Amino acid sequence: MGFSKLSRRRFLVRTAIPAFVIGLGGPRLFPAAQAATVRIQARGPQPVPMTLNVNGTAHTLALEPRVTLLDALRERLDLIGTKKGCDQGTCGACTVLLDGKRVNSCFTLAIMAQGKKITTIEGLASGDQLHPMQAAFLEHDGFQCGYCTPGQIVSAVGLMAEKRPTDDVNVREWMSGNICRCGAYSNIIAAVQAAAGGRA
Amino acid sequence: MNPFRYAQVRDSATAIATVHPDSSAYYIAGGTNILDLMKDDVLTPGLLVDITQLPMRGIDSTATGVRIGSLATMADVADAANVKSGFPAVSQSLLNSASPQLRNMATIGGNLMQRTRCAYFRDTSQACNKRTPGNGCSAIAGQNRGHAVIGGSDHCICTHPSDLAVALLTVDAIVHVRGARGVRSMPIASLYVLPGNTPSRETVLERGDLIEAVELPSSAHARRSAYLKVRDRASYEFALVSVSAALEINGGMIRTARVALGGVAPNPWRSHEAESALVGKPATHSTFVAAGAAATRGMRGYGHNDFKVVLTERSVVRALQTAGGAA
Repeated sequence: MGFSKLSRRRFLVRTAIPAFVIGLGGPRLFPAAQAATVRIQARGPQPVPMTLNVNGTAHTLALEPRVTLLDALRERLDLIGTKKGCDQGTCGACTVLLDGKRVNSCFTLAIMAQGKKITTIEGLASGDQLHPMQAAFLEHDGFQCGYCTPGQIVSAVGLMAEKRPTDDVNVREWMSGNICRCGAYSNIIAAVQAAAGGRA
Repeated sequence: MNPFRYAQVRDSATAIATVHPDSSAYYIAGGTNILDLMKDDVLTPGLLVDITQLPMRGIDSTATGVRIGSLATMADVADAANVKSGFPAVSQSLLNSASPQLRNMATIGGNLMQRTRCAYFRDTSQACNKRTPGNGCSAIAGQNRGHAVIGGSDHCICTHPSDLAVALLTVDAIVHVRGARGVRSMPIASLYVLPGNTPSRETVLERGDLIEAVELPSSAHARRSAYLKVRDRASYEFALVSVSAALEINGGMIRTARVALGGVAPNPWRSHEAESALVGKPATHSTFVAAGAAATRGMRGYGHNDFKVVLTERSVVRALQTAGGAA
């Protein structure tokens, strides 16, 4: 569609112009909003062009406003490392980093993640060099079936950035947003402590 | 999720002018509550108005206390030095809420406006007067282990899920609101209304109203405050019972007391009865025990939640011991 040639700033400027037409139905003002003569530019419910910066790469795609970041990653960008567990913010399998902070991608609309640096499990390694947290999970066998593991690792990377204490009680508390139904918690804690606390 | 339109706004006036006349429009910021309810078809907005670009993120020390912008995240407020030192119960209530991920997303304004966790409210196949007025309440004779033991009505016995709001009651927080008719302020206690005959109405806010800030006035009792949360697991769970206690103690005597309860009522619940049992009394274990008993006055269970009455009594004592020192 040619949007990939646009910078983020130019894209935003263009979308802010009421006459902006993209061949997807164009912008529609909500009737009530028109009555109030406000300047909002409502988009959707049809697919809306948007740019997501994932693991250092800008992806331009058209998505309905209701598409979550989780579904955009998995279904449109084929980044299936981020898992869909509960899809309601209770399990943490979908954890990604937004501007370095861990969040649940199932509770994030893709359209609202624009302009932010999105990091998924696929973006942690440098080439073949695993992120220290990934290496620690391998070393300490911090998983069983593996389904929660990408979320656990990304969450633990967030914990490292937050510089949380890494004693047992604190790791349990600060990793509580990630559920492991296999119950691999003791090894997960050991892995987090090894990578985040420098404890072998 | 139902299809909807989306708009990002850059100033409050536009946000309010958009949502005020449009009954299908909702604000979205952190999204952790509204998207959850939309996935369950409890809410089906026609338009989501993204307010995350509004300049309401500050956590600023003022001459009289701390002013928290309503878009500040739970994580940022919990970690803020001026909140931790002057209002420990507020920081503790946030750290005991949700998960690290959710606290990075959810905002202070959204936390105050979050909807009940009542399973019947969130299941559109069940009767619920809050979701569908006149529909009946499935909880009163149903699985009501998590439900209210005070403040409910024959139409609704839900509990309010916010930990923060409970702590805010005990530090005399003020909520600053902007709406179609201008700005106004109110004590946090005045924000919420009890279900009565109209459980669908939960706050005094009108359509389009926007919480802009929460103001925490410095006080001796706010500095000596503590939050206790009792729940089914150690972390990442809603309260069965929670207690926020704030005490001003001078020469061993309690000069000022605030006690508020979570998990027991449709609103964050201030216990004036417990406070009356504390003020003017020595800060001793026996005083705290008397306050615990007073806090349960008027409470009644509905079967599965009978235990909450005893749990409240004991939790109040423990929270007071923490805030006041075991003395």
